[in-house]
Amino acid sequence: MDITTETIRSLKEKYAAEDISPAEVLDALEARIKSTEPTVQGYLRRDLGKARRKALDADTSLPLGGIPIAIKDNINEDGEYCTCASKYLENYLSPYNATVIDRLHAAGAFTYGRTNMDEFAMGSSTEYSAFQTTRNPWDQTRIPGGSSGGSAAVVGARSAIAALGSDTGGSIRQPAALCGCVGMKPSYGMVSRFGLVAFASSLDQIGSFTRTVEDNAMVLQAIAGYDPMDNTSNRRDVPDLCADIGKDIKGLRIGVPKEYFGKGIDPAVAAKVKSAIDWYQNEGAEVVDISLPHTEHAIAVYYIIATAEASSNLARFDGVRYGYRSSEAKDAMSTYFLSREEGFGAEVKRRIILGTYVLSSGYYDAYYNRAQKVRALMKQDFDRAFEQCDLVVTPTSPTVAFKSGEKLDDPLQMYLADVFTIAANAAGICGISLPCGFNSEDLPVGLQLMGPAYGEATMYQAAHAYEQAHDWWKTVPSIS
Amino acid sequence: MSVEKIDVHYVAKLARIELTEDETEAFGKQLHDIVAYVQQLDTADISLIPESHLDDHTSGNHLRADIACPGLPCEKVLQNAPAAVDGEIVMPKIVE
Repeated sequence: MDITTETIRSLKEKYAAEDISPAEVLDALEARIKSTEPTVQGYLRRDLGKARRKALDADTSLPLGGIPIAIKDNINEDGEYCTCASKYLENYLSPYNATVIDRLHAAGAFTYGRTNMDEFAMGSSTEYSAFQTTRNPWDQTRIPGGSSGGSAAVVGARSAIAALGSDTGGSIRQPAALCGCVGMKPSYGMVSRFGLVAFASSLDQIGSFTRTVEDNAMVLQAIAGYDPMDNTSNRRDVPDLCADIGKDIKGLRIGVPKEYFGKGIDPAVAAKVKSAIDWYQNEGAEVVDISLPHTEHAIAVYYIIATAEASSNLARFDGVRYGYRSSEAKDAMSTYFLSREEGFGAEVKRRIILGTYVLSSGYYDAYYNRAQKVRALMKQDFDRAFEQCDLVVTPTSPTVAFKSGEKLDDPLQMYLADVFTIAANAAGICGISLPCGFNSEDLPVGLQLMGPAYGEATMYQAAHAYEQAHDWWKTVPSIS
Repeated sequence: MSVEKIDVHYVAKLARIELTEDETEAFGKQLHDIVAYVQQLDTADISLIPESHLDDHTSGNHLRADIACPGLPCEKVLQNAPAAVDGEIVMPKIVE
């Protein structure tokens, strides 16, 4: 068995045929991790010992039976550290399981490792982790994207079969594109946020990184569904997400928004995505020109709403009940001020302060309220677009992975890396990124498909069709 | 529209974050750039969006029945407290 080329589907078939055991998969995975991690550094912690004990009596007939899955370090897992890559939560031990962890375990999956991220999921390069620098598996001098850069890097490096991440403005799809794997943000409310450390609650969704589109549908099927512990959880029934995988895409209407192919996009990225669009047309899909006129406002809307919600959500980190407390704290005020000053990194402070500013007296209407209204306009753009087409196709990121350190001193430039992914969060719709080729420097390019809320099955159908007609997903990075 | 100078020190105080002088200066410039950027929203026509609009991509808030349930075990909560004695979280003295 070559663990770098296996998928959840192929492992399930081998388990069913008794060709291989979960323990052997864990051995192979550990060997791969040992060879790649000194370079990639995508895991913050891992313990395959616990998974090995579970592997002894694993029920491989379950949907994810015997499948090891890595977890982003902002999802609570009982008894495990959950640091959010922040000094503030460096010693925080989860006292309970997030709903997605319970569901993965119920589906037979093993959780064994925690992946690096931008602190509190704020960032697009994973360089804002307080603990370590994760490198892009295709080029060590480049970033893996973010904020779920650890999850993307280990799946891209083939040192994980699959991983969970969270996506607030593109934090699954953008790093998936940059690391050459599949990453998907489900429709808002489809996956419970209970146990996900909150960043921006109206935008956050948990989703997965996988090697293939079908694997992604299998993981989402396991974690999706109504949860009374999340008051924004949607009560709609989750459809069979694999039902349309393998079906003909003839007649599918693919919308191409002109606003996503304008200035700022790397010509090599645009060329790869246009080739993918041509492929869909050649396969009998109908390509429709559409317009999403408020796209230009996406980043402004996002950085008002997300920071406003973050300033509120992160108020819970007060130095009192859990996490970091400054040793200089002498009274209530110094406990708050110093613990937050010493425990948070620069980007987290910057966003809390921006969020506090846009919510402060005199500015609420000018910024927050206006941003909410423009968000409603963005949602209307998609409602109109989905009257003309079944899916929207765009680049995932305007560029390939950029160099480490390149955007660290200019937060606005860093924010612009999310320009194509934010709209799906603002509108609450689903989006997936999958590999669609490499540029001249052998860096992966991501193709994004977006579908209406609860349109995941059609999105997976179209993504799978493209993926299986190409070999991009089979290419394994050589990591030295 | 020009961006008025942001009083970073005041906003940080509202956010309960102590900042060094260097941070105050750096954030001042960066926040100015970001706020100047987001002012592009002034060009969007929001006149048809009602004041009372909701985030209609969510399915609304769903509340559980108001039934008391067991909370987290005390020892699991206290293991994360910066300081704890006899089952209680310890804070610096807050009254003068």
